[in-house]
Amino acid sequence: MTGFSTLFYKEVLRFWKVGFQTVAAPVMTALLYLLIFSHVLEAHVQVYPGVTYTAFLVPGLVMMSVLQNAFANSSSSLIQSKVTGSIIFVLLPPISYRAFYLAYVLAAVLRGVSVGVGVLLATLWFAPLQFVEPQWIIVFAMLGGGILACLGVIAGIWADKFDQLAAFQNFIILPLTFLSGVFYSIHTLPPFWQLASHWNPIFYMIDGFRHGFFGISDVSPWQSFTIVTTCFVLLSALTLEMLKRGYKLRA
Amino acid sequence: MTSAIHVQQVTKRFGSVQALAGVDLEVREGEFFGLLGPNGAGKTTLISALAGLVRLDSGHIEVMGCDVIADYRNARRQLGVVPQELVFDPFFSVRETLRIQCGYFGIRQSRERDAWIDEILENLDLTSKADANMRALSGGMKRRVLVAQALVHRPPVIVLDEPTAGVDVELRQTLWQFIRRLNRDGHTVVLTTHYLEEAESLCGRIAMLKAGRVVALDTTANLLRSFSTHALRLKPMLGATLPTALLRRAENKEGVWTIAFDQFEEIEPVLAELRAAGCSLDDLEIGKPDLEDVFVRVMRGKVEAGAEVRA
Repeated sequence: MTGFSTLFYKEVLRFWKVGFQTVAAPVMTALLYLLIFSHVLEAHVQVYPGVTYTAFLVPGLVMMSVLQNAFANSSSSLIQSKVTGSIIFVLLPPISYRAFYLAYVLAAVLRGVSVGVGVLLATLWFAPLQFVEPQWIIVFAMLGGGILACLGVIAGIWADKFDQLAAFQNFIILPLTFLSGVFYSIHTLPPFWQLASHWNPIFYMIDGFRHGFFGISDVSPWQSFTIVTTCFVLLSALTLEMLKRGYKLRA
Repeated sequence: MTSAIHVQQVTKRFGSVQALAGVDLEVREGEFFGLLGPNGAGKTTLISALAGLVRLDSGHIEVMGCDVIADYRNARRQLGVVPQELVFDPFFSVRETLRIQCGYFGIRQSRERDAWIDEILENLDLTSKADANMRALSGGMKRRVLVAQALVHRPPVIVLDEPTAGVDVELRQTLWQFIRRLNRDGHTVVLTTHYLEEAESLCGRIAMLKAGRVVALDTTANLLRSFSTHALRLKPMLGATLPTALLRRAENKEGVWTIAFDQFEEIEPVLAELRAAGCSLDDLEIGKPDLEDVFVRVMRGKVEAGAEVRA
């Protein structure tokens, strides 16, 4: 195996060995969101014509799970190995910074997508779904997962302790995902919050992803694609630069 | 003989601390080399710089002719490092850990790879723990796995940063037997340790670091000859005191006076003085020169000007 494939394999094995915590638990959480929100709002809210609230909610929950778990994977792996010192095992071998980036990001996307597929399968029973433009489902899952995986690498490298990482996760990632249209369409928001949502890149990930299911979205999927791709390229460049310089990894 | 490690004018500063202040060092291929110094002398920083974990402010380092920055991939393939800290990845078994480490160095799955892993496990007495999770191992066993991890890619140069800290005597002996064998097979070994008797018995050459500088560098035998002396240890009987002339030369530690001497002929005049002063002894002992003595003298700066030895 090459350095890249081994590091990728190690990262996948790491989350797979604790699959209850890393895959099954987030699926369960998403399912609980679905049960509670659909029970309360199903009869009162219809966001898109012909689409029940529960059906509307499912893609949002799937994408939220993809994003949160992609971030959790790369960030927790890095902070854990930094705090315990085992990061040395990947710093001593001749692994390039590009291979490092690819392995951590792809493994994180894989975990995010695994959880997303799990949520989708678990929720199929609750709502009839359509897959009108499936290419957008795949594109936004990959790009969204990639963006949060990069953010996870950045946060994992930047944070010196678990507390700092928790702050990054709870004060930045969590509000951005919750306030991105997972549970509602931004057209139902007051004008100020509609405008604010347009500055949240996660809104475009969820909106574009949902477009793949229903063929309807708040903004054009091409606009979302452009914004999400730009974010991915910029964050990848930042991650690669940090790794190349050895920021907080090589003294 | 070619250089296994070549360190030239290396400097590194962490904030206000000058960790390495212009280190020059050459370790020859096949040597068993000791790197000694008190805590904070720069040993671990130097090893980290060798391994690419620390970026240099100036100077350059080569491992087996490969620059650790410009040609880092080849340099790292030549080097196996046993870190000082007892670190491990809690998700994997011993065998998984070693297989993963092989993969990091581009070693694909093969019978040869598995046979080498089995051989390392056997030599380090880890075979029965091969499939145990790393968390389940004792501290000594985790230390052995660190050694195994450093060896999976068969590096020609092995660096051990205090590998026997907190390790029991039996394991220490097993470990040194194995490392000695690797050295006999042609591996260059660089060792840092606080156990000076280990360095004395294992290392052919020794460098001593103090405040980021090499303050002594020579063969172990020459260092012992140059800086150390024999010691005459005297324990006067209760109520007896050493004559004033001897008191000036002697150091007292817990009631035992130590007088340093170079030649055995110097003993008789000392005994004559004791007889003349009527000083009776409880005990008398002649101690051989040891590395600890050298270390203490070098670190206290008791080396005469110009006595810094380079070989």
